[in-house]
Amino acid sequence: MTWLVPLPVVMPLLGAALTLLLAGRPRAQRWVSLTVLTATVGVAAALLIRSTVDGPLVVEVGGWVAPLGIVLVADQLAALMLVVSAAVTLCVLVYSIGQGMADGNEETPLSVYHPTYLVLTAGVCNAFLSGDLFNLYVGFEILLVASYVLLTLGSTETRIRAGTTYVVVSLLSSLVFLVAIGLVYASTGTLNLAQLVDRLDALPDDLRLVLQGMLLLAFGIKAAVFPLSAWLPDSYPTAPAPVTAVFAGLLTKVGVYAIIRTETLLFPGGRSADLLMVAAVLTMVVGILGAVAQSDIKRLLSFTLISHIGYMLFGIGLTTALGLSAAIFYVVHHITIQTTLFLAAGLVERRGGSTALDRLGGLARLSPLLAVLFFVPALNLAGIPPFSGFLGKLGLVQAGVADGSPLAWVLVAGGLLTSLLTLYAIARVWNLAFWRAPHPDMPAAGDTVRTDDGAYTGAMLPRLMIAPTVALVVLGLALTAVAGPLFEVSTDAAENLLRRTPYVEAVFPDGAP
Amino acid sequence: MNPNLTYVLVVGVLFAAGVTLLLERSLTRVLMGVILLGNGANLLLLTGGRAGGPPIVGTTAGEDMSDPLPQAMVLTAIVITLGMTAFLLALAYRSWHLNGHDEVQDDVEDRRIMELADRDEGPGTADNDSPDGEPPQEPAERPVVVSGDAGRAQ
Repeated sequence: MTWLVPLPVVMPLLGAALTLLLAGRPRAQRWVSLTVLTATVGVAAALLIRSTVDGPLVVEVGGWVAPLGIVLVADQLAALMLVVSAAVTLCVLVYSIGQGMADGNEETPLSVYHPTYLVLTAGVCNAFLSGDLFNLYVGFEILLVASYVLLTLGSTETRIRAGTTYVVVSLLSSLVFLVAIGLVYASTGTLNLAQLVDRLDALPDDLRLVLQGMLLLAFGIKAAVFPLSAWLPDSYPTAPAPVTAVFAGLLTKVGVYAIIRTETLLFPGGRSADLLMVAAVLTMVVGILGAVAQSDIKRLLSFTLISHIGYMLFGIGLTTALGLSAAIFYVVHHITIQTTLFLAAGLVERRGGSTALDRLGGLARLSPLLAVLFFVPALNLAGIPPFSGFLGKLGLVQAGVADGSPLAWVLVAGGLLTSLLTLYAIARVWNLAFWRAPHPDMPAAGDTVRTDDGAYTGAMLPRLMIAPTVALVVLGLALTAVAGPLFEVSTDAAENLLRRTPYVEAVFPDGAP
Repeated sequence: MNPNLTYVLVVGVLFAAGVTLLLERSLTRVLMGVILLGNGANLLLLTGGRAGGPPIVGTTAGEDMSDPLPQAMVLTAIVITLGMTAFLLALAYRSWHLNGHDEVQDDVEDRRIMELADRDEGPGTADNDSPDGEPPQEPAERPVVVSGDAGRAQ
């Protein structure tokens, strides 16, 4: 079954090439993208099942033997991330197709959208599957370059302004990563993650700390960990709704994934645990305080995104199996929910003509379906029982209490406070945008609304935009239903990560060279 | 390549100059900074491997070969930097086209919210005196809106 492993990278890349050739035929482009991403979901699900039953699946790319060539490794963590990411990208693709078709801009130069979107998917999958530090860098670059293009689609003034900040910050983080790779290679002579396990253990402590610090810095910028998070709320909200949704769901989580991978596999022992925990509590509290101050739904959601990255760091910083397992569960939950909320915000923008809270009102009466589509994931994000957000936070709090150190208690308190403030922030959105009387400026049925991406008939919600949002809301609810099995998988993944040997033995069955 | 003082100094100077340029407002200078930093990083990568003859079987004996891996990585990094340079140039050109300059600008919305905070007004809080946190630029255009509490009572 190992032939499945490269497919999540290869299929979207081939699809990107094909859609680029079909640039003049939007209908064909759509079918190619849909087919490729549906197949990716299937392959990812198969990988998750196989890796749970048989242990990590390894492919030596091009037939080159492990330490010489590049390996792709699909262990449970990677496969779980792949499944969620592929499902989310598929839903967002359908949403963006619905938006494009409803706008009637099928013939615009946006024919570059589909290829770029598929390249982004390939980059994300490559980062998850990579068993090699430099290949991880390449995966990051692929997804970043695609994200630069998607963020500046249409190249309007606001997007160019926001895109500039985003590109420069991302370039800096890539550069830090590249330098860290150079130093790792210089000190160990390898970049294969499985081989690095032993070789990094043999290095002097201070040298290891430098390498660990540089990698954490690079991934911290990508994951938007406070104080490295200022770029995110500036850039994300300006992009088109589906693009913001997929960025919010996936890109920061790739950074979190890289932190989990390096902290458990390469630098175990928790030397950076205290640092991660302090960063976690600051990210949570500062992020959510930023959200409370916002007057625009998209920006508010961007700040909650930063804030909830803190929960994942919380779990990683505890360095126990329970904490790590809760963090993995939280990543899965948060990818789904944050994407859903941004899609719902896109629908709000469509119905209300704006996402500014002082220009909206009465959406609950005007569009009850939209109200439900926002309300359910919003409560899920805040952690109201019985939603998955509650279960994830409960797992983290349990892990924090089990740890029992003073810093863990601070984190538990910070986590609960953040949960409460998240509820306050989204309740404000609910009160202002949905609950009060309709705003006179809002478009009535049949009005033409102008946005950065062209004009469309306001007050209409295309079915192809609603369907994927409903699907994601249902997926978010399903996370509660399957929480038991999902927690088993994430606990299994966490224990294997902490043991380290399953990963190394899968890559080097005869022992590391 | 074996690190020596000249080499380390060159990398250091490239990094220092690159960081200085990166902190500039003009996107063209930022681009220069990125290029310098990229070159510095590439040189740094090269120090990771052993120096020696060309790593081709038949021309050099195995023990005299240089380490080809850092060279391969530098090649990849050069290609990525090239692509990024092209993209940043396009961004700078587009910015100049739209605004007449290529300066990296501040987050507008962020500044607006800070101004609101300075005047001690919450943005769009339902229970404020002003019903919906009016933006300071356009007070005359604001329509009257029923506040959140009133809406709830209906």
